[in-house]
Amino acid sequence: MSNSVKGRPSRVGDAPAFRRALIGIVLTLVAIVIVAPLVVIGYQAFSQGIAVYAAAIAHPDTLHAIGLTVVTALIAVPINTAFGVAAAWAITKFDFRGRRFLLVVIEIPFSISPIVAGVAYLFVYGLQGLFGPALEQADIKILFALPGIVLASMFVTAPFVARELIPLMQAQGRDLEEAATSLGASGWRTFFSVTLPNIRWALLYGVVLCNARVMGEFGAVSVVSGNIRGQTNTLPLHIELLYHDYQTAGAFAAASILALLAVVTLVAKVLLERQGAGRARRRPALAAPVAAPKTASAEVPS
Amino acid sequence: MKIRLDNVVKTFETFRAVHGVSLEIESGELVALLGPSGSGKTTILRMVAGLEYADAGHIYFGAEDATDIPVRDRGVGFVFQHYALFPHMTVAENIAFGMKVSKQRRDKTAIDARVADLLRLVQLEGLAERFPGQISGGQRQRVALARALAVDPKVLLLDEPFGALDANVRRDLRRWLREIHQELGITTLFVTHDQEEALDLADRVVILDKGQIVQQGTPEEVCRNPASAFVMNFLGDTNRISAAVAGGIARLGEAQIPAPGFADGPVEIFLRPSDLGWSSSGAGIPATVARVIDRPAGRRILALTATGEAVELDVAPETQVSAREQGIITIERARVYAAG
Amino acid sequence: MARRILPGFPLALGITLVYVSIIVVLPLGALVFKAASLGFEDYWRIVSSPRAVASYRVTALSALAATVFNLVFGMALAWVLVRYRFPGRRFIDALVDLPFALPTAVAGIALTTLFAENGWFGQALAQAGIKVAYTPLGIMVAMAFTSLPFIVRTVQPVLEDLDPALEEAAQTLGGSDRSIFLRVILPLLAPALLAGLSLSFARSLGEFGAIIFIAGNQPMSTEITALLAFIRLEEYDYQAAAAIASVLLITAFLMLAITNILQARALRYTARG
Repeated sequence: MSNSVKGRPSRVGDAPAFRRALIGIVLTLVAIVIVAPLVVIGYQAFSQGIAVYAAAIAHPDTLHAIGLTVVTALIAVPINTAFGVAAAWAITKFDFRGRRFLLVVIEIPFSISPIVAGVAYLFVYGLQGLFGPALEQADIKILFALPGIVLASMFVTAPFVARELIPLMQAQGRDLEEAATSLGASGWRTFFSVTLPNIRWALLYGVVLCNARVMGEFGAVSVVSGNIRGQTNTLPLHIELLYHDYQTAGAFAAASILALLAVVTLVAKVLLERQGAGRARRRPALAAPVAAPKTASAEVPS
Repeated sequence: MKIRLDNVVKTFETFRAVHGVSLEIESGELVALLGPSGSGKTTILRMVAGLEYADAGHIYFGAEDATDIPVRDRGVGFVFQHYALFPHMTVAENIAFGMKVSKQRRDKTAIDARVADLLRLVQLEGLAERFPGQISGGQRQRVALARALAVDPKVLLLDEPFGALDANVRRDLRRWLREIHQELGITTLFVTHDQEEALDLADRVVILDKGQIVQQGTPEEVCRNPASAFVMNFLGDTNRISAAVAGGIARLGEAQIPAPGFADGPVEIFLRPSDLGWSSSGAGIPATVARVIDRPAGRRILALTATGEAVELDVAPETQVSAREQGIITIERARVYAAG
Repeated sequence: MARRILPGFPLALGITLVYVSIIVVLPLGALVFKAASLGFEDYWRIVSSPRAVASYRVTALSALAATVFNLVFGMALAWVLVRYRFPGRRFIDALVDLPFALPTAVAGIALTTLFAENGWFGQALAQAGIKVAYTPLGIMVAMAFTSLPFIVRTVQPVLEDLDPALEEAAQTLGGSDRSIFLRVILPLLAPALLAGLSLSFARSLGEFGAIIFIAGNQPMSTEITALLAFIRLEEYDYQAAAAIASVLLITAFLMLAITNILQARALRYTARG
C-alpha cells in the first residue's frame, strides 16, 4: 500500500495506478455514453449551416410545437405544484390511516411506462373509454387535443414535486408549525411565513424537474395527442415526425432546443443543490419518525 | 391564571399515555412535571397547550373550559424542547412573530419597543439581527422564551427547557428562569426528567409514572416524605433491602426500624447513602467494605452485608476506612415500603 | 382522531385525493377494467401470442443487459465521484443526471445517429463486425443510457456516508484492499445497489421514446413490448392494446413491490449503522 498523502495511510482504492486507471476508464465511458449524445445533437443541428438551422426553428410547425409545449407546461406545472404542496402538507403534518398507502400511490406514475399511461387515458376519454361517448355527445374534446396532452403530462409528473417536499418536511418535523400556531398564526400565515421559506429551494427543485419532464414527455403524449401536425404536436413529437421524414437537420434543430432545456435544467439543479435542495430525498424518506426531534434551526450554517 | 386538569385521559394508537390525571396549578405558581420518559409528562404539557386534544376529561383556564379551544386561540406561551425557532427569521423577527400575526393589531413602533423590552429581559440586546443558527444553544433558549412571552400568555409552558444544554449553562439558566418568573409572576408549568432541576426550580413538583400522578408537593414534602418506593428511587440514590416486619418493627441485622401500620411479613427498606454511617460497633448491620470511592464532598463506601446484600453509604471525608475492613452500618433514617 | 392540531388537513388531503383519483387511479382503473373485460381466454391468447412473447423476451433481456452494464459502470462512476478528487469532478457529477433531463426522443435520435452504420461510433463498431443500431444491442444502449443515473444516485450517498473507521478497522486487522472492498464495503453498499438495480431494470422495461428510434422495430426480433401496445392501438385493436399494456402495468407493480421491499431493507440497514 502506498501513501497518497504524506503522513496519512491510504484508503481502499487509493493506490495511484489503480486510481488513475479507474478515473481514465470512467471518464472515457462518460464521454461515450453521456457527452457524445449531447455533442452529436449540436453537430447535426448545425450540419447544414446556421441558415438551415434558423429556418428549421422558424418553420411554422416547429414554432407551433414550441408554443404547444410551453402552454402545456404552463398549465400542468402549476397544477402539479399545488398538488405536490398539498400532498406533502397532508402527509407530513398529520397522522392518518392510509398515509403510507397514499405515498405509494403518488409514486406509482414514476414506475409505469409512459405508454401504459397513454393507453390508460384512452380508456377513460377515448370513444371506447368510460367517458368517451358522453364527451362525444357533449362535444368536449379531450383526447387528440390540449386537455389530453395536459392530463397525460400531469400523470407522468405527478410525483415530481411531492417527492422533493415530503422527505424534507418529514425531517423538519412539525415543531415550527406548532410554534407558529401556538403564537396565534392562522393556517395560511403559518404556511406562507414559516413553512414555505424553509422548503422554497426544494419546491423550486421539484418544479424545475417537473417542468423538464413535462416539456420532454414523449411516450404518453404520443398516444393521446394523435400527432396532428401543426395542431397537437408537442416539440418531442415534432422531432419524431421530422426525423422519420428524413429531415435530419430539422429534427436535430428542434432537438437542440430541448437539449438546451436539459442543460439549463442541470445547471438549475446544481445551483439549487448548493442551496440544500434535493438532499433529503437522497436519504430514505421515512427513516425518521414523524415527530423527529430535529429542528431546522440547528441546521442553519453560521 | 389558575389552571385545572380534571381527570384527563389521552391514548395514542394502542398506548395509553395519560390515565385520568387531575391537577391544579395556582395562579403565579411555578410547577414541575417530573417523571421518567414515557411517564406522560410531555403529553400533559401539550394538552394544556392545545397541541394535543384530550380523549376525555377537562382542562380549565380560570373558570373557562379550555379543553376544546384550539392552540392558536388558547393564549399559551410554549417553549419547545428544541426551541423551534424559525431559522429564516432573525432573533427580533422571531420574537415579533406572535405580535405580527395577532388579531389585535399593533403598530410597528409598538412591536419594536416590545421586542427591545423582551431582548433586555432575556439579556440578548446585541443579538437582535442574528439568525438562530448564529447563536449558542443557551441564547436560542432565551430567544424561545422571549418569543413565547411576547404574546402575553396566560400561562407559560416549557418542554424540557434545559434538556439540550451543557451542564454549566443549564445551572445558570435555571437560576435566571427562576428570577424571570419572580419578576413576571406568570403561571408556569415545565416538564423535566431531571429531579435536581425540578427540585431546584419549582414551587411544587408533580411526579408522574406510567401516565399517572404518583405524588405532588413542595420540594421539601416530596424529598422528606416520598409516597412510594418509585418516588424514593426516582428522587435520588437509594439502597433497597428486603426485610421482615414483626410487631410493627422491621429488623435489619441488629438495627430496628419502626414500621408502624405494616402487618407482619416481608417489606422493602429504602436507605439513602447519606442517611447511613460507618462505625466499628453499635446497633446496625454488620458488613465488610468492598471498595471506597473518594469524591470531593466525602467518601462513598461500597459494603457487603453479612447476608450478602450490597449497600452504598456516604461518610465524611475524614473517615478512616479501607477495603476488606469489617464494621457496622448505622442507620439514621430509613423508609419502609410494602414489598412489591 | 377527529380533531387535528395544525390547520389545513381537510383541504390538503382533499386536493391530494381528488388529484390522485383523477390523474392516477382513474386511468389505471380504466385500463385494468378494459383488460379484465376481455375474459381469460381472449386475454391469454393475446398476451401469449408469439409476437407478444418475443417482445417480452427482447425487452427483458435487453433490460437485463443494460442493468448489468449500469451496475458496473454506475458503481465505478459513483466510486470515482465520491472517492477521488480530480479536475472536472463536479462537472461530471452534474452530467450524470443528463439522461433524466434529456427528453427521451432527443436521446433516441442522438443515440441512433451515433450508432448508425455511418455514425461516429457505428463506423468503428462496424469494422469490428458489431452492429448496434436496429439490433437488440441498440435497445440495450438506449436502455442503459436512460437508466444510468439510478445506480449512481442510489450508491453515491451511501458511499459518501460510509464511516472511514470501518475501513480503518479492517486495515488494522490486516485486510488487503481487495478483501476490504469485497467483505466490508460491498456488503454495506449492497442494499443501495439492489434498490438502484431494481429501479434501473424497471425503468428499462418501460422505456419507449429513446428505444423506438434505434431499435429497428422488427416484429419477433427488435420490437419491445411498449411498442407492441402502441402498434395495436394504431391498428385500432384496443383489446390487444389493453391486454399488452396490462402486462406492462403488472410488471411495473411487481417491480415497485420489489423495490419497496429492497428499500425497506436498505433503510433497516442504515438505521442500524
